Amino acid sequence: MRSRLRHASWGKIGLVAIVVLYILWSLAPVAIAFLFSFNAGYSRSTWQGFSMQWWTGPKSVFNLPIYTDAIRHSLLLAVLAVIITVPLGVSLSIFLSRWRGITARPASFLATVPLVVPELVLALALFFLVTKVNLPIVTLGTSGQVVGQVTFILPLVIVITIGRLSSIPTGYEEAAQDLGASPPQSFRLVLVPLLQPAILASAIVAFAVSIDDFVITQYMSSTSSTQSVPMLIYTATRGGATPALNAMATIMALTTIVIAAVGFALYRLLARREQITDAPATAPALAVSREGAL
Amino acid sequence: MTPRRYLLVLGVPGLIWVVLFVTLALYSLLAIALGGLDPLLLTPVPAWNPLEWSTANVHEVAQGLQPFSGNTWIVFQRTCIYILIALAGCILIGYPVAYFTAVHAGRWRGTILALLVLPLLVSYMLRMLAWVGLLSPQGWVNAVLVPLHVVPANYGWLDGRAITVVSGLMYGWIPYFIIPVYAALARFDTRYLEASRDLGAGTGSTFFHVTLPMSRQGLLAGTVVVALPMFGDFFTNGLLSGVSSTGMVGTLINTYAESQTNQAVAAALAVWLTVFLAILLLPYLRSSARAGREVGR
Repeated sequence: MRSRLRHASWGKIGLVAIVVLYILWSLAPVAIAFLFSFNAGYSRSTWQGFSMQWWTGPKSVFNLPIYTDAIRHSLLLAVLAVIITVPLGVSLSIFLSRWRGITARPASFLATVPLVVPELVLALALFFLVTKVNLPIVTLGTSGQVVGQVTFILPLVIVITIGRLSSIPTGYEEAAQDLGASPPQSFRLVLVPLLQPAILASAIVAFAVSIDDFVITQYMSSTSSTQSVPMLIYTATRGGATPALNAMATIMALTTIVIAAVGFALYRLLARREQITDAPATAPALAVSREGAL
Repeated sequence: MTPRRYLLVLGVPGLIWVVLFVTLALYSLLAIALGGLDPLLLTPVPAWNPLEWSTANVHEVAQGLQPFSGNTWIVFQRTCIYILIALAGCILIGYPVAYFTAVHAGRWRGTILALLVLPLLVSYMLRMLAWVGLLSPQGWVNAVLVPLHVVPANYGWLDGRAITVVSGLMYGWIPYFIIPVYAALARFDTRYLEASRDLGAGTGSTFFHVTLPMSRQGLLAGTVVVALPMFGDFFTNGLLSGVSSTGMVGTLINTYAESQTNQAVAAALAVWLTVFLAILLLPYLRSSARAGREVGR
């Protein structure tokens, strides 16, 4: 018995070591990249002393249009992606989970197809759709990028929302309608408040995925004015870019982290008001939701 | 308005979106892959009508897929080997991390979970950018390894090394692997472990007979979640190697797609890849549907 106990505790020490080393390995490089944005020299790999020149002044990230334009464009795409994907995805989810008819099954399969093909395949498909079919409004450039990102993010929103909807009995809406509410009223007064946590989680995920997205955004881009932050990092990293590139990447990462943290705090608040206890499990909705779809 | 009609009003915009930008887009890919070439410009011409489909592009790709010798076959083979090694690394590192967080972390669970999610919020490109700095000839990796005589001075980690690409893929995608595995293990009732111990099973046999079978679904989900993007990945390779000797299927598709005259071949290769992945995915989809039904019951 004693030997087994000792064995178990050794095993646990090993596990703790793996976890600590993993976290160091996953985050230390990012911290070092952040550190290099304060490098005194032009190198992004050799430390030459501390300086703020890449953060303030003429060579800084805030003074070079190539960086500020990319940040602005990434934020624009993210805001548009959230504004379009969340209402579109939530209302489609309500349809998919409540509709009793032949279209529901094939429709939910189609909506989640982007999760089971590589993003590159979807990007190529969207590229051909936009260049070979003369669609109104949607062209290569900002409109195409938004459409591509929305298509890519939509299934994530659907998975999050349907997960929540399946825990809300249809009886609530029916009761509201029996009591005289019209269908739009029962939707607005009953379903939407109950869906608030899922709507918030969807918005956070949509924002984070949009900011991070590279492949679709790249394939749907046109001129340099539609260059997003990931696209700029991709083209500039192997070239002679200054540490201002690291500064720009850091700004974007911090923005996403802050928005996700605020969103998560709000989510906890909503969850507490409702006294649901599964709040922590839904936090990493980003990847969990992908799993749920399959 | 009847409830049924109202539901339709809610659903129609999303349905139109999906039909247009998923179905029609994938059909355009197919129409290009099975289409022809403009005789003057050599740009791809889509064949919208199935009666006009030609297999020229698909056939061209198939020729490269000659087992063990075709150009495309070699790239496919390399892709599969790289991905298998990266997946093995994800499982060997990611599974213990997810297991500890879900079962043993106790009051640290929230903190560890936040640290595990953090890489998902830091963009993929920034994480690759970080490694490009560390791995450059004058970078910190060489600063440690060169004095130890592990590698020669100014070793070019970024000059097309398989080890760099495979480690990069693993580093890039492992956070996406850990989360679904964690989610599956967090649902796992630890009283089974006590029961197994009470019934006389040792640590090892408890792990192999109880814990591992219970985490099967999570491991499968994590594997699919990271394997799919790896099959379409060209940017990790582009940043960490940029040499065709380490090129993967994604690299090949992207290279073809960049030149107008080869876009039809890119489309055909993408169709091949999708079919290949669908065959790989089929057993998984079936088993996860079965698991879903069991939970439903």
